[in-house]
Amino acid sequence: MAVTTADGVAGIQPEDKTSLKTKLKRAERINRVRSLSLVAPLLIFILAVFVLPIALMLIRSVQNTEVRSAMPATLAALDGWDGVATPGEPVFAALAQDLVQTQKDRTTGLVGKRINYEVPGARSRFLKAGRMIDAGGTGPWKEKFLANDPEWGSVPFWAIMKRAGQTYTPYYLLTSLDLRQDASGAVMKNFDDQSIFLDIFTRTIWISLLVTLATLVLGYPVAHLLAILPPKHANVLMILVLLPFTTSILVRTTSWIVLLQSNGVLNDILLALHITSERVQLIFNRFGTVLAMTHIQLPFTILPIYSVMKSIPATHVRAARSLGAGPLTAFVSVYMPQTLPGVGAGCLLTFILSLGYYITPALVGGPQDQMVSYFVALYTNREMNWGQASALGAILLLITLALYAVFNRFVGIDKVKLG
Amino acid sequence: MQMKTLKLTLSALAIAAACSSVAKADGLTITSWGGAYQKSQDEAYFKPYAAKAGVKITQEEYNGEAARIRAMVESGNTTWDAVDVDSATVQQGCDEGFLTPIDFSKFGGKEAFVKGSTNDCGVPTIIYSTIYAYDADKIKDGPKTIADLFDTKKWPGKRALQKSPFGNLEFALMADGVPLDQVYATLKTKEGVDRAFKKLDTIKKDIVWWEAGAQPPQLLASGEVVMATAWNGRIYNANKVDKKNFKIVWDGQLLDWDLWAIPKGVKDIDAVYKFIQFASQPGPQAEQTKYISYGPALLAAAPSVDPAILKDLPTAPENVKLGLANDVIFWGDNKEELLKRFNTWIAQ
Amino acid sequence: MKLPVSASESFVEFAGIQKTYDGEVLVVKDLNLRIRRGEFLTLLGPSGSGKTTTLMMLAGFETPTVGNIMLDGERIDAVPPEKRDIGMVFQNYALFPHMSVAQNVGFPLKVRGVSKAETAQRVARALDMVELGKFATRMPGQLSGGQQQRVALARALVFEPKLVLMDEPLGALDKQLREHMQIEIRHLHERLGITVVYVTHDQSEALTMSDRVAVFNAGIIQQIAPPAELYESPENSFVAQFIGENNRLPGRIESASGTLCTVKLANGSTVAATLTRAAGVGDACLLSVRPERVKIAPAAGAVDNLFEANVAELIYLGDHLRVRCVLDSGAEVVVKVGNAEDRPVLDVGTRIPLGWRAQDCRALDAA
Repeated sequence: MAVTTADGVAGIQPEDKTSLKTKLKRAERINRVRSLSLVAPLLIFILAVFVLPIALMLIRSVQNTEVRSAMPATLAALDGWDGVATPGEPVFAALAQDLVQTQKDRTTGLVGKRINYEVPGARSRFLKAGRMIDAGGTGPWKEKFLANDPEWGSVPFWAIMKRAGQTYTPYYLLTSLDLRQDASGAVMKNFDDQSIFLDIFTRTIWISLLVTLATLVLGYPVAHLLAILPPKHANVLMILVLLPFTTSILVRTTSWIVLLQSNGVLNDILLALHITSERVQLIFNRFGTVLAMTHIQLPFTILPIYSVMKSIPATHVRAARSLGAGPLTAFVSVYMPQTLPGVGAGCLLTFILSLGYYITPALVGGPQDQMVSYFVALYTNREMNWGQASALGAILLLITLALYAVFNRFVGIDKVKLG
Repeated sequence: MQMKTLKLTLSALAIAAACSSVAKADGLTITSWGGAYQKSQDEAYFKPYAAKAGVKITQEEYNGEAARIRAMVESGNTTWDAVDVDSATVQQGCDEGFLTPIDFSKFGGKEAFVKGSTNDCGVPTIIYSTIYAYDADKIKDGPKTIADLFDTKKWPGKRALQKSPFGNLEFALMADGVPLDQVYATLKTKEGVDRAFKKLDTIKKDIVWWEAGAQPPQLLASGEVVMATAWNGRIYNANKVDKKNFKIVWDGQLLDWDLWAIPKGVKDIDAVYKFIQFASQPGPQAEQTKYISYGPALLAAAPSVDPAILKDLPTAPENVKLGLANDVIFWGDNKEELLKRFNTWIAQ
Repeated sequence: MKLPVSASESFVEFAGIQKTYDGEVLVVKDLNLRIRRGEFLTLLGPSGSGKTTTLMMLAGFETPTVGNIMLDGERIDAVPPEKRDIGMVFQNYALFPHMSVAQNVGFPLKVRGVSKAETAQRVARALDMVELGKFATRMPGQLSGGQQQRVALARALVFEPKLVLMDEPLGALDKQLREHMQIEIRHLHERLGITVVYVTHDQSEALTMSDRVAVFNAGIIQQIAPPAELYESPENSFVAQFIGENNRLPGRIESASGTLCTVKLANGSTVAATLTRAAGVGDACLLSVRPERVKIAPAAGAVDNLFEANVAELIYLGDHLRVRCVLDSGAEVVVKVGNAEDRPVLDVGTRIPLGWRAQDCRALDAA
């Protein structure tokens, strides 16, 4: 009898377990659906305005459709090309055929523009050829193209043309790192008069570091004061700290221009007090940029530090004092280490936000103070080189993610409190 | 195929913008350069046309960013019906296919306009000039020639220049002694471009860059700069409206023209043509000169121009001989590279 | 200027101390207190009574507004906390969360420049003393509340301070652990012979641990005495009320003879009571009788005061029974009856005789 019972129990238990699990799932399903429907609007919103644009940007940074979509015949004809000598008549005939279509679609300029990135002068070469095609005529085309512009015979040009026909290109990303591919595809340092991006990334990081450091030095004592003052005074101070949030960045930045310009208030005061003998350049340079950015970023550094400081019991410093540590030792060895998660969070926040600054350096900085975002805007709005803009954005994103990973590794993102 | 999905997503993202444009579907949205210039257009074209044709005109402003037109066209959501563009942009827009080719039969043919100003995709409207100016209240013995713009010994202080290779390269070569008729020929060579940048290098640390046309008069007025290149109408307007005493140096002036362009994909192209036709008549064109010192691009408008303003126009005989006309073909072919080189130079 | 002080004389002395934070209200009013070397003194009182302020002044975190404090014969008013050589244990332990247990305990030695080898040795000894030798490398967050408290204790003792202050150190622990720790701290005190000033608002804790207890109320020490004396002979009605339970009967002192007096209650009946300094003949007073000293159906002659009462309520508490009785005068008297096998059988509504001795009934101030 005892054996049967044991068998029975062993046989029933797993079945019971699974049915219990199903029951649990069923019971929880309504709750799951309900909570999902609550977050759905935000989820969709984030997907649409955050994830999707970033994904598109990443695609844009390697996408390469201009030549591929406009020159199908030419690219097909180039398939069999040996890459050693100038291509033969079939390629040129195909080129003529493609140009007829691009002239009709008015996309010759786009193709020319794409090739122009890698072969200076290619844009006008394509437009010139387009006008030749418009004028009519028949083959053989090779001589006609070569007569129109002898550069059509260049072997490196055709190698680049063939490469530009691929669906994806590393061109924009390489350019963002001051690298280029030569006709054979080997990666090398870019030409000097086109190498600016490493400088700009270094500059962006450097300015962000300066701003982070400045906000930390200025903000740490303020955060401490906020944390130890009685609530009545702390609230007033907190309002002062948050006051900048109530005016737009643009207004704050422009008021710096009023204050700092050569005929501005600060210069007037410096002159009146005989501190300087002539008007000092305070704006449209690095100083003005870091100053205005520091002003804007201060609350972002202060608040996380403050919230961590607020959670440190006053008894810790008292305990340290009673145990024999002087005020300074108590502060440095007991208080400060406990504020580190806040310092880390505040600095990370400010640093990452600073990396993306655009409007402030554009308004109060000189040309040598423009950061990566300025060039993203420049390539988007002015040069219409969206691939380059996307590549710069992608690299900036990568730097940000790397920083985040490093921070997470050494401080731990879970230790961060923002409010 | 990817292009297609991209377009689809772009248009999805543009839905919000589209919603707002539905309301003004029966009106016209016209975009120009803002400031005193757009105000003159408002007085001479927009208000009268709105009153006459009963069409609501919505105005927008930009700083000549061709990319904004292209983005609109590519996303399939063209909200600007007519755009006032400069000669280089119209060429680019035509080459890259985001502007509509113009049917000049509606305007009495290309011959109706100042020679060389027409373009397949743009109807010329005004002739303006990029000059440089100074505040005569602050400098008594002012600069006279284009070379003086680069003379920081005699006139120390900052100079405001447009953040664009356009104009600055020509000024640099003219100041460096290149004869007027040789400027574009020189710029076509690499050595010529190098020479221009080398000349700009000599004042690089003294340059304040401007982007919007309204900035140069402000920079002069605040004393932030001693000289500023500017569009001549903006200086004229600052003197007339704000009672400034700015002096224009016509030597080395660079003539250019603005054109009406129609982005591809506008909803009612006939309505847009009707407006441009209205704006391309002698009456309204002459009317505009009452507000800003730009010359009409329509030949027939010349006799009706306010005589008082004639000497302030870039096309006045004594002014025009001192300067150079923009070579649209040169800029159309070389804008990309020069822009790239310029932006690299400026950031270094 | 070190004056010769013998061990029996005061080790710590508060002389004429007043303290105010806002210049209006005195938190401590005219405090005079002497603490003997090696003594375990508890400052007991409700919150806001000035006991913690007194402790903080001794630790150096607050400055007396008037008066001065002597420690071991020296004025310490101007000595900063870290120079006073006083160990302190805080209510929430105040362990440094970024340091290990050993680093926490070693902290006072490190700031004193003690060599690494010696520090390690003394830290190990201190941790062994609180039975936490194995936890040296743990972080405070990984310890239980009781363990953290012991680390705090070890840290406050490791540098052999002249004096150890404890500010409600057991407040955050549950009852069982608290009682266990009370004994442990008591034993440590006995073993090490240190002077301890202990702050608590828990009267049973104060009675369990202390050599003497100073009862604070409204910024004034109401009474300072060993636990038994405090319980048996409270000097005023606040102390009687705050320490333990008591029955309070209002009346007026009619006459006195020797240590005894006659008190007339509101309904005219008289009670024989012990005279105290708190009230004199003719004064209104409050009679205080401990519930366990009230006898039900006392033997003839065993009590000086005998009344008839009705049993109003019975509460069974395991080891004893609380009997709420109403006297004929209407006054309520609570009686504690031990749960012995021979306890009287009582029912609600029955009429019983009860009474107490004159020496168990103190005539205190009517405040």
